Amino acid sequence: MSEIPILKIGDCLLVSIQVDMHDRLAMALQDDLTERIVRDRARGVMIDISALEIVDSFIGRMLNNIAAMSRVLDAVTVVVGMRPAVAITLVELGLTLSGVRTALNVDKGLAMIRGLIDTPERVDDRRER
Amino acid sequence: MPDSRVRIFSLIEQHHEAILADWLGRLRGGRGDGQHRDPEAPERARRFLQCLRRGATSGEADDISGPEWAPMRELLEDTSRAWGMQGFTPTETATFVFSLKDPLFDLLRREIGNDADQLGREIWLATRLIDRLGLYTIECYQKTREEVIGRQQQELLELSTPVVELWDGILALPLIGTLDSARTQIVMESLLERIVASGADIAIIDITGVPTVDTLVAQHLIKTISAARLMGADCILSGIRPQIAQTIVHLGLELNVVSKATMADALGLALRRTGRAIVNRAASAEPKAGT
Repeated sequence: MSEIPILKIGDCLLVSIQVDMHDRLAMALQDDLTERIVRDRARGVMIDISALEIVDSFIGRMLNNIAAMSRVLDAVTVVVGMRPAVAITLVELGLTLSGVRTALNVDKGLAMIRGLIDTPERVDDRRER
Repeated sequence: MPDSRVRIFSLIEQHHEAILADWLGRLRGGRGDGQHRDPEAPERARRFLQCLRRGATSGEADDISGPEWAPMRELLEDTSRAWGMQGFTPTETATFVFSLKDPLFDLLRREIGNDADQLGREIWLATRLIDRLGLYTIECYQKTREEVIGRQQQELLELSTPVVELWDGILALPLIGTLDSARTQIVMESLLERIVASGADIAIIDITGVPTVDTLVAQHLIKTISAARLMGADCILSGIRPQIAQTIVHLGLELNVVSKATMADALGLALRRTGRAIVNRAASAEPKAGT
């Protein structure tokens, strides 16, 4: 079973999903990521899904879960690089990932995390779930 | 029936000048001013007869898909397309082919009028052939019209969903007309494509041109806004008329999006959010102004 690499950039973690996600891989990613957030004391998590052509409801929920877990561990999560077709499919499925922040690409995602970390009071707590 | 078949085609071969003259007369006769609407009609008739003689060499009247009939098919396609574009009615187009029956039957009656049995066979053969050619013409005509309609529909869809880049990183989507599922799909797709292409952070959806907002339209708007958010772009809704604001509240719709009354307000907000401002150069003493 392949493993999804987690890269550290400053106090951010970058997860780039390049393979098709199956359920066990998703569960393993949740374990690894929470582990790494604590170990590296990361303040931000960026999940790059630009290579994913299919995002089903399970992956959608996983992204929501990761965001919620990171929030508990005091890190902000940004999902970046979603393809237009994937976005349309998710909306049609009724999954709007309302608990997850999104950005167009890694560049903008990093800028977003920077902006969120630097502000003293955290704005993302407004969002539910 | 090889003998009967040879007869009609050889008769056409012998008398094609006479047939053409007769036919042209009838084509003109249908109209008061003595002119066919298409000035090229006599030329087309001449070529039609040539192609008919070419096709006749195949000796096949029931099947016009052979190589001998290729020039004929080409001519009919060309004619029906040209006339379809010029707004000729289907009747006018088909009559062009069917009117050949008169001179043809006259010829047959003159030449083999004494043999009723053979005359019947020849006329039947000629009728089948001409009908086939006529139907082929109508088919082509229909195809041309459908192409026109298809193209217009496509153009209409493209026209109705422009995505405009208002500023660096700010897109505007002026919606005109009612939003149905098919249009929402196209609107969504073109908006998301443009977000990717331009790297925009903010999209302003202007619904000034949307006549009514009911629950269905609102749902489509929410879908578009959610999809844009998943791509990392924030949406601002603008152009909400007072009537529509009332409707939205009465229906209990929750759009969950920043909305502004006018596009100008939305653009102002978008500029502010992206850290820009529009400065009045006359009012401010600064020489450098603009963004």
